[in-house]
Amino acid sequence: MATIPKALRDYLDQTGEISLFAMRFFREAFHRPFEFKELLRQCYVIGYNSVFLVITTGFIMGLVLTLQIRPTMIDFGAVSYMPQLVSIAIVREIGPVVTALICAGKIGSSIGAELGSMKVTEQIDAMEVSGTNPFKYLVVTRIWACILMLPLLVIAADAIGLFGSFLVETTKGEVSMRLYFNRVFDSLLFGDLIPATVKTFFFGFAIGLVGCYKGYNSTKGTEGVGHAANSAVVLASLLLFVVDFLAVLVADIFYEI
Amino acid sequence: MITKGDITSLAMDPAHTNSAPIITIRGVTKSFGTHQVLRGFNLDLYPNENVVIVGKSGSGKSVLIKCLVRLVEVDEGEVQVLGKSIPDLQHDELDEIRADVGFLFQGSALYDSMTVKENLQFPLRRHSERMKGQDEEELIHEALKNVGLESAIDLMPAELSGGMKRRIALARTLILQPKVILYDEPTSGLDPITSNEIIQLILNIQRTFHTASLIITHDMDCARVISNRMIILQDGINYAEGTYEELSKSKDPKVKAFFKEVQNR
Ligand SMILES: Nc1ncnc2c1ncn2[C@@H]1O[C@H](COP(=O)(O)OP(=O)(O)OP(=O)(O)O)[C@@H](O)[C@H]1O
Ligand SMILES: [Mg+2]
Repeated sequence: MATIPKALRDYLDQTGEISLFAMRFFREAFHRPFEFKELLRQCYVIGYNSVFLVITTGFIMGLVLTLQIRPTMIDFGAVSYMPQLVSIAIVREIGPVVTALICAGKIGSSIGAELGSMKVTEQIDAMEVSGTNPFKYLVVTRIWACILMLPLLVIAADAIGLFGSFLVETTKGEVSMRLYFNRVFDSLLFGDLIPATVKTFFFGFAIGLVGCYKGYNSTKGTEGVGHAANSAVVLASLLLFVVDFLAVLVADIFYEI
Repeated sequence: MITKGDITSLAMDPAHTNSAPIITIRGVTKSFGTHQVLRGFNLDLYPNENVVIVGKSGSGKSVLIKCLVRLVEVDEGEVQVLGKSIPDLQHDELDEIRADVGFLFQGSALYDSMTVKENLQFPLRRHSERMKGQDEEELIHEALKNVGLESAIDLMPAELSGGMKRRIALARTLILQPKVILYDEPTSGLDPITSNEIIQLILNIQRTFHTASLIITHDMDCARVISNRMIILQDGINYAEGTYEELSKSKDPKVKAFFKEVQNR
């Protein structure tokens, strides 16, 4: 053991622990009792807290993307392909990844901090002794809520991003809304939509899992809470790119272009 | 009002010689990594008795009472609560025992995101069958009345003072009508007047509900007034045992040093 550098050992330790935590989630997620009320509350909290942020970034993303690409497309004489290009870029990659990153910052950190402070103030112990399984009540509900809400947030971001892109097109190129969105929906195939949506479930899972893992295992003291929130964001963001890469790889095998 | 130097205990006399203990701890050991916290601790708690455990910070007092409800698993030794061996229980049986054992946490541990009322409802979620025939609203009012805070029912924990938090936590502990209560530093972080109020509440609870209690504290005034018996936890064992008077007159150098250190604070 002594020959393995400490950094590598910590990395491996943590990977193992998160995997165990994820396995515990799958073991407890499908067994009664289910905490439906808390799940609904978490869905509401997660959706409500991030929807404004997600919509704003989605809108700006659509505007900026279109403004940046348009001149090049004009040079190539392909400006009429703008709706196809932008919609594929947003729906397949930029929408999900940007939204997930925003959510990793917003949701991941708040879950990490909330569970972390519950841990260090013994609220989790108090739940345990009062007959409620805190893993089910706190962790399972939050991870499910992330899994369910992230796709919805991504759809909202995609829609508003496409709308932003349309605004640029219509002011610069005088395309009607109907024509623009006809082109968008003509170009989007199931092969784009399904993998893009499926991967957002995994993004939600990654964000919820890491936030809960960091909070639930945070160490004593207020410092521990800050560390839990911070490292939840860093690790979740990193994990998102790994998940994205794997998702694209798998999708590529199934839907060869 | 409790005055300094007033040596007699105000705790009710348990007269326990003829009954079986509610809690029995024999030779309990517990280590975290290489750090051995408990090294063979023994204790008996009899019905309607208040036993105070004192010890230096970090001596393992919280770990010890967490072993009683299996928030911490013991390494070796015997832990019996209400006639059941805690380390061997299945999860459902453990939940039953936990409902009979009230636990007041060191920092109150109220759920931040819930109102006072929801905090009190929480233990009833899984144990409604124990409380059959009793209206939930009534139970909550009753519990709040016991701690004199009926007006706080719709407040959030963040809106309460430290003393109020401690009382609400106590109400949450009392709501399942436990037979034993474990208090982890019930007066820590409170001013002397509020501490006295909490001490009076604990004494009242002993009188009214005839519960047995294990009380951890740093506060020697609290220990003196509240205890039928005291145990000094040192070096991971029950180092000395007796009434406050007996221990304060002890000739043992470590016990003497302990009392001296506490008085100088
Ligand atoms: N979960 C844990 N993991 C590792 N070490 C722990 C854990 N819980 C407690 N300890 C260690 O056990 C020792 C005893 O802790 P404990 O909380 O019981 O002390 P205490 O007597 O209650 O002190 P205080 O009066 O400050 O509350 C400490 O050294 C602590 O670091
Ligand atoms: Mg303690």
